Amino acid sequence: MIDSSLKEIAAALRAKTVSAVELATESLARIEAGNATINAFITVDRDGALAAARAADARLAAGNAGPLTGIPMAHKDVFCTEGVLTTCGSKMLSNFVSPYDAHVVTLLKAAGAVMVGKTNMDEFAMGSSNENSHFGPVRNPWNTDCVPGGSSGGSAAAVAARMVPIATGTDTGGSIRQPAALCGITGIKPTYGTVSRYGMIAYASSLDQGGAFARTAEDCALMLSAMTGHDPRDSTSLERDAEDYTRDLAQPLAGLRIGLPTEFFAEGMSDDVRAAVEAALAEYRKLGAVTVDVSLPNARLAIPAYYVIAPAEASSNLSRFDGVRYGHRAAEYGDLNDMYCKSRAQGFGAEVKRRILMGTYVLSHGYYDAYYIKAQKLRRLIAQDFAAAFEQCDVIAGPTSPTVAFGIGEKSNDPVQMYLSDIYTIAVNLAGLPGLAHPAGFGAGGLPVGLQLIGNYFGEARLLGVAHQFQQSTDWHARKPAV
Amino acid sequence: MSRTDWEVVIGLEVHTQLSTQSKIFSGASIAFGAEPNVQACAVDIALPGVLPVLNKGAVERAIRFGLSVGASIAPKSVFARKNYFYPDLPKGYQISQFELPVVVGGALNLLVPDGKGGAYEKRVNLTRAHLEEDAGKSLHEDFHGMTGIDLNRAGTPLLEIVSEPDMRSSAEAVAYAKQLHSLVRWIDICDGNMQEGSFRCDANVSVRPRGQEQFGTRREIKNLNSFRFLQQAIDYEIQWQIDLIEDGGKVQQATVLFDPDSGETRAMRSKEDAHDYRYFPDPDLLPLVISADWIERVKGELPELPAALSARFQNDFGLSIYDATALTASREVSQFYLDTVAAAGHASAKTCANWVMGEVAARLNKAELDITASPVSALQLAGLVQRIADNTISNAIAKKVFDALWNKEGDSADAIIDAQGLKQVTDSGAIEAIIDEVLAANQKSVEEFRAGKEKAFNALVGQCMKASKGKANPAQVNEILKKKLG
Repeated sequence: MIDSSLKEIAAALRAKTVSAVELATESLARIEAGNATINAFITVDRDGALAAARAADARLAAGNAGPLTGIPMAHKDVFCTEGVLTTCGSKMLSNFVSPYDAHVVTLLKAAGAVMVGKTNMDEFAMGSSNENSHFGPVRNPWNTDCVPGGSSGGSAAAVAARMVPIATGTDTGGSIRQPAALCGITGIKPTYGTVSRYGMIAYASSLDQGGAFARTAEDCALMLSAMTGHDPRDSTSLERDAEDYTRDLAQPLAGLRIGLPTEFFAEGMSDDVRAAVEAALAEYRKLGAVTVDVSLPNARLAIPAYYVIAPAEASSNLSRFDGVRYGHRAAEYGDLNDMYCKSRAQGFGAEVKRRILMGTYVLSHGYYDAYYIKAQKLRRLIAQDFAAAFEQCDVIAGPTSPTVAFGIGEKSNDPVQMYLSDIYTIAVNLAGLPGLAHPAGFGAGGLPVGLQLIGNYFGEARLLGVAHQFQQSTDWHARKPAV
Repeated sequence: MSRTDWEVVIGLEVHTQLSTQSKIFSGASIAFGAEPNVQACAVDIALPGVLPVLNKGAVERAIRFGLSVGASIAPKSVFARKNYFYPDLPKGYQISQFELPVVVGGALNLLVPDGKGGAYEKRVNLTRAHLEEDAGKSLHEDFHGMTGIDLNRAGTPLLEIVSEPDMRSSAEAVAYAKQLHSLVRWIDICDGNMQEGSFRCDANVSVRPRGQEQFGTRREIKNLNSFRFLQQAIDYEIQWQIDLIEDGGKVQQATVLFDPDSGETRAMRSKEDAHDYRYFPDPDLLPLVISADWIERVKGELPELPAALSARFQNDFGLSIYDATALTASREVSQFYLDTVAAAGHASAKTCANWVMGEVAARLNKAELDITASPVSALQLAGLVQRIADNTISNAIAKKVFDALWNKEGDSADAIIDAQGLKQVTDSGAIEAIIDEVLAANQKSVEEFRAGKEKAFNALVGQCMKASKGKANPAQVNEILKKKLG
């Protein structure tokens, strides 16, 4: 049943051909069977899931259920969950139980979704392969020697492996879109400010945005509709009402102008990805869309700008993990400074330390203008590029990742190569735009390729509609891994 | 060089705790004196995932302050993170304002005591005032070998008011701090409680040879929480710097602490170990945008400011700047005075001023009472002043009546004058009779006076007043006595 669409599951729940408890049990069984291999979950909350499922069944019986009531789902372990371990993939928080729920968790609970557990991730959402987790790497369900992408690798792998039909993720530089592409599922990062960041452990506050993973655009639309709306506890939350993101699903593609950034189609993209992307674009043209060339001349500066801004914010955001009030504290230390040094040296992994050091450096006296201020200027230029491009097109399309999923360990000793995996996704975060990745075929080794769609601000419903129309005439999204 | 060859340069940074109900970025209470950590919510503890939300009440108070010192209110200001590690700083950074503060410029006009019983006017310019959050407290006592952390104070809203280095003596610094203290209470943005830390001063002090344009190297004295300590610390620091330079040394920029027990300042950290705070705009908070409408509304709600009221006292009531300043030290004092004048009559404004600043202030001070708790009300005082004005009683008797009012011996000056028979004798026949008696009984003084001893006259006046139990009109006594002896 978990392999069905949300609509089908919801109908079955209403028809009482399946109960929420049965669904949760099925999900828990699939996790139990697959997690030893995939390592998608850090925490499985069996008791909590079954209790929530029973409550969902009561709601269904009472006739006040919504589209997500009784649907099993998973939260990326970056979202705080009351009473359930919230580790952020780090040793630093390996003992942390949050006393409160993140806003997104509250909303999905209220919608009746049944959380079965918390998914693995790159430590503090820093990474593109999910190899930077204190709890071990996540494996790609299509080939367990390969990475699932990151940082939301656990959520993407869990959905791809049919452990849950939907899962939350966060995307700071591509952390939803890239793993969605590498795992052959659909993932959306909405406009910055759409999903409340309250209770979402911050990596880079001005770039972090929560979003949704599902197998299809339609399911993403249903899920995202339950996750948005203004939250007064997040000052960067936009003062907009919750939206129905399914509203444009039926809209035909005739006349849709798809912008193709020439910079995205230049060198750097591997041949297998290029072939799949071209084929997907041909399919879009067949559906009535027209493609136009657009230019994002400053997009090439996105990675350097990102690796100034994100580490700068991270170096400050992660200062609260000092071993004083919660989290890891070194067992033995001398003075206060020694306690800080040892607790943080032991609690953080290598990539987190690298970014804290970079961030501390770029904010230092005498370097701030040369790095941070300059990066902010680049950020504005990149946003202006997109604004100019959207004068000529309705959505922008291109690759999500330059390659299909790479082997575990292949890039872990070369941070710059790793950073380049996000070359097509990062500019979207810098501009604050919505972005989506959907399955678009397969490349080398039979591994999935994802097409990236970028919308203008608040263009989520249209993006989801475009992807949905594509999925009506293709079946890439329906293919499932053997695992 | 002697002491007078050095010029002192002082600038103050004052942290005022804003009188909001809740913290600047969370909903927790800021009330003083609660059990440790009961007023620290998830945001104050800096749990993973929490976010700050700006308290508009704090912004409103900053606007109120800016308007009352003639500063400009920034249409857009920015909250920045000041990064450093300390156990009572839960986030590892303090949210403050750095490059773009909410209040820019402004000035305070002071009356500085000149040490010879007079006072001179002085203008101190303000650089800026910015909003920020307070840190928690580290409790080093009570925990053997450990430090206790109390986060109740973490996130308490502060307005840091920074002056230009315009002050030239500790007396000017104290006058400035007092004036600022009175102003923030006047406009109701801070309770001014210095024991509880609601008003704390940091003093930047340097000295330079008189006539030199360039400032000397400054040292910053931190956390002075009384006017007396402010004065002592600055005076000690000035002498320390002068002695050092005169002995051939050089002042090194440093942060110093004042020890009230020894009366000395000592260095806490030098410039070399100063933190690099890595300020950058807080991405969790949007720039603070203040509309012209908001500023106008706050302006409309401001009370009449002490400077304006002082000017009114000088113009309308003919008070000296000194008296007018004293009577506008707080809203309560000025209200008491205004109430007294309203009941006593405009013509007695000066007499009212003398009483409020004199007898009333002295007695309240002695009894450690606030003017709002004065046993003698403004209305009662006005009744007393009226009886002085219409010659019903003399000043000397008035003091007796005031005592009686203070001790609740009667409800009004009139009732006490009646009950105790204190009405002034102005009947010249009666006064003449008293004088005759006194002259008869004091022949010796009469002779001395006639022999040219002026003092004897005063002695006779004193005898007459005594004989009348103080009730005889002193002017009439003088006049008739002169005639009789003449």
